[in-house]
Amino acid sequence: MEHRGIARLRSGDVLLVMESLEQIKSRIEAAVPGAKIEIVQNGSPSQQHSLLIDNEHAVAIARFLRVDPTLCLDFCSNVTGVDWLDRLVKKAMKVKKLVEGQEKEIVETTEEKIPGYLEAVYHLYSMIHKHGPVIIRMRTSDRADHTRLPSLTSIWRSAEFQEREIFDLYGIRFEGHPDLRRILMWDEFEDYPMRKDYREPDDYEWEPTPHDEVLEKAKQHHAPRPELDGAEQISTTQ
Amino acid sequence: MSQIDEQLRTELQRQGVWVTSMQELYNWGRKNSIWPLQFGLACCAIEMIATAASRYDIARFGGEVFRPSPRQADLMIVAGTVTKKMAPQIVRLYNQMADPKYVIAMGACAISGGPFKQGYNVLKGIDRYIPVDVFIPGCPPRPEALLHAFMELQRKIDEQKLTGSDKADFLKPEQPSEFPVPRFGKHDLEPSANRDVFQPPVIER
Repeated sequence: MEHRGIARLRSGDVLLVMESLEQIKSRIEAAVPGAKIEIVQNGSPSQQHSLLIDNEHAVAIARFLRVDPTLCLDFCSNVTGVDWLDRLVKKAMKVKKLVEGQEKEIVETTEEKIPGYLEAVYHLYSMIHKHGPVIIRMRTSDRADHTRLPSLTSIWRSAEFQEREIFDLYGIRFEGHPDLRRILMWDEFEDYPMRKDYREPDDYEWEPTPHDEVLEKAKQHHAPRPELDGAEQISTTQ
Repeated sequence: MSQIDEQLRTELQRQGVWVTSMQELYNWGRKNSIWPLQFGLACCAIEMIATAASRYDIARFGGEVFRPSPRQADLMIVAGTVTKKMAPQIVRLYNQMADPKYVIAMGACAISGGPFKQGYNVLKGIDRYIPVDVFIPGCPPRPEALLHAFMELQRKIDEQKLTGSDKADFLKPEQPSEFPVPRFGKHDLEPSANRDVFQPPVIER
């Protein structure tokens, strides 16, 4: 756990080292009563852990992150979406059981189905203290009907277009957004192309040199050739 | 028209008599003042700008007057990725150009979608909606390639006949000069290609 302190880079340059996420979490919980915050660990080399904040208190938490004098996260550099499909998580449990009259320890694996959800991720920096990023996430309760999240445009104006983009490509509806329309695709468009279960329209009828995925798609337009296709399945022995 | 013997003509020219035909004169004038429509779509547009600037100088071929209005333009250089959201506007601009009009599809994206072919939002070639005269491959094509395409188009214009059954398409009254603008659909552009224009050859497998 790192502590807040002062690091000297060059003579004269003073850099405030940011608080750890645990400290930020406990301070938010003190400042915003009832806020539920979870630290999401990132196991990759970047080690960019993030704060999962609850949707009810999201705006209050965001306001705290922005106005708090030691954090002062006044710059929202990036907002993006993530689509998480339903997934199975295997858990190994050691259970004591009677096997052939003897008590033995057996490892039992149980599968838990985690329902899918959509996520919005905000990367926050401080222009004044020159620190960051603090990453906050919000999750919808599912991928189909309840895809609403509070908009943080009222806190960081730069989130406006990026929330529109997430709405356009992932289908998260941001409540309280001043102008929630599609931004990249046309208004009549109904799909959400960045979702993992999106199927693009099939216009692969003219493919002179198809390969890999394009070949699979182009094959649907090929005329059937029963005398050639499937010839390898004809056996000589009758 | 232009039925004069080539040998006789060169002989006459040696004697100081210059013989021409209406068609030759007309095509000579047209091919040396092709005014492109001034618009760019992506990185190919940067190469198009370089072609128009002093180093490559498309003015040497009479194409320097980039017109900001389709009414005054003869040539549409589709320079870059045509997104599906942009495609109806391209077709609309083409429809607003006056005949005779020509199209150069510049770069891999304008030809086929290029590296973005598998994207949900990129049109797989502008030839799906409008007829294209010259295709230039490249990503992006160098200015020399665009000049080559330009000269190829000049050659094409020079060969166009004004009379007879094999006269140029723009002189035939039954030949359409406007093409239907695709509509924004729920999942894709509707239709996804204009079958009257887009007739790809059958692929031999």
